[in-house]
Amino acid sequence: MSDQDTALHRVTLTVNGTSRTLDIEPRTLLVHALRNELSLTGTKIGCDTSQCGACTVLIDGRSFKSCTVLAVQADGTSVTTIEGVGSGRELAAVQEAFKQHHGLQCGYCTPGMVLATVELLNQNANPDEAAIRHGLAGNVCRCTGYSGIVDSVKAAAAAGVGK
Amino acid sequence: MIPAQFAYRRATSVADAVAALADPDAKVIAGGHSLVPMMKLRLARPGTLIDIGGLPLRGIADGAEIVVGSLTSHADLAQAAAFAAAGLQAVAECAAAVGDVQVRNAGTIGGSVAHGDPASDAPAGLIAADARIRVAGAAGEREIAVDAFFQGPFWTALGEQELVSAIVFPKPAAGSASAYESIEDPASGYPLVGAAALVTVAGGRVTAVRIGVTGVSGTPFRATNAEAATLAGAPVADAARLDITGQDVFGDTRFDEEYRRHIAAVVIGRAVERAIARAQGGSQ
Ligand SMILES: Cc1cc2nc3c(=O)[nH]c(=O)nc-3n(C[C@H](O)[C@H](O)[C@H](O)COP(=O)(O)OP(=O)(O)OC[C@H]3O[C@@H](n4cnc5c(N)ncnc54)[C@H](O)[C@@H]3O)c2cc1C
Ligand code: FES
Ligand code: FES
Repeated sequence: MSDQDTALHRVTLTVNGTSRTLDIEPRTLLVHALRNELSLTGTKIGCDTSQCGACTVLIDGRSFKSCTVLAVQADGTSVTTIEGVGSGRELAAVQEAFKQHHGLQCGYCTPGMVLATVELLNQNANPDEAAIRHGLAGNVCRCTGYSGIVDSVKAAAAAGVGK
Repeated sequence: MIPAQFAYRRATSVADAVAALADPDAKVIAGGHSLVPMMKLRLARPGTLIDIGGLPLRGIADGAEIVVGSLTSHADLAQAAAFAAAGLQAVAECAAAVGDVQVRNAGTIGGSVAHGDPASDAPAGLIAADARIRVAGAAGEREIAVDAFFQGPFWTALGEQELVSAIVFPKPAAGSASAYESIEDPASGYPLVGAAALVTVAGGRVTAVRIGVTGVSGTPFRATNAEAATLAGAPVADAARLDITGQDVFGDTRFDEEYRRHIAAVVIGRAVERAIARAQGGSQ
């Protein structure tokens, strides 16, 4: 290992539609690149051990736990964070569904839940309750007891989010 | 948690990655879903990471055999129709049993096999399907039969300077079907026991069977007693107890050894039953 190899790496990501270039250490986790380098703090860190899903983002349209992805691995990809789901104060239909159907209490799991829901509905636009619970198995919520979340996902599906 | 410092570069080809592994302090990274957690905990501390994620080793080629590129994600395997069409349902079901959606999107079959985690799902399906692990090394490619591949916990027949390039699944005879059954640790999702059975049914009788078991022991294994019972039409779970008796079974404070021995036999029996029902035309 020479100093040159461990030196900063240039990583270019398209984040929420905008190209961003970062010079970072290879060991930088994607979640830290998003939160600390790009100030996109909507993505949360819950467990930091790939169990809770709070850090879920989409990479090239599929959901990943960004606490377990090195930012250098994501070089050249398109990343969607919660900031890219709605637009400012305007909520996307999936967020509106969570708001209307008590899909959140403290809100800490919500960015990850919303992105996991986007992935779920992209794969299956009309999931039944079992498919919803299975599809969100990688996301833990300490508050809601999940039934509000299941209702929210059903409402989002009815609103045509996955179509 | 942030891993210790390391050097990083992307492999430009399989040969380039193999050459880079000449450095004993280098490791390849695929999906990173076993390696990154270990690096965070300092259980692994490679000096150099060679990222193979961009190599053209992704995808499923369905021909005389089914050849799965090592970078194919668990998610893509779980959804591939080629397996059920060939009677290899168990292979896709092992992939579907891995972790959760995000983990299946990230984790790769090659990484899982190379890692050799005794609690991983994939080995059961590979053993039942009599798969071959295709590896690339400095001297070119070779194939290793699955029965000779897994050697112990996190220990495989893969050489230090070799890369898994693909997993090759021969297509079983007509009238074959398979199934994977597991009981998972409710917290981690890893199997406490997973069993895959592949049967061939002809004239109402089972004429061939292979059963792979994972999760219970340091090395995934073939349940040969349960196989013999299946062929003889005898109770499988009883025979499976013999297979388990010969194994060094894990036990911990939550799931002790006795419990695991018990559920292992139950799960093996269920996998065989479901495979037979499928081969006989049941739709499950
Ligand atoms: C939260 C969580 C839950 C999980 N649950 C399960 C589960 O229920 N069941 C299960 O089976 N697995 C589970 N896994 C593990 C998951 O399946 C991993 O994806 C898999 O074990 C490793 O694949 P990877 O591509 O991520 O490998 P990596 O982490 O990139 O690599 C793992 C090891 O294999 C080596 N390696 C990788 N690719 C190759 C290759 N092509 N050739 C040679 N060496 C290679 C690396 O050098 C490293 O030593 C879980 C993981 C997480 C994080
Ligand atoms: S913070 Fe990434 S899964 Fe919990
Ligand atoms: S709303 Fe609090 S953790 Fe889910």
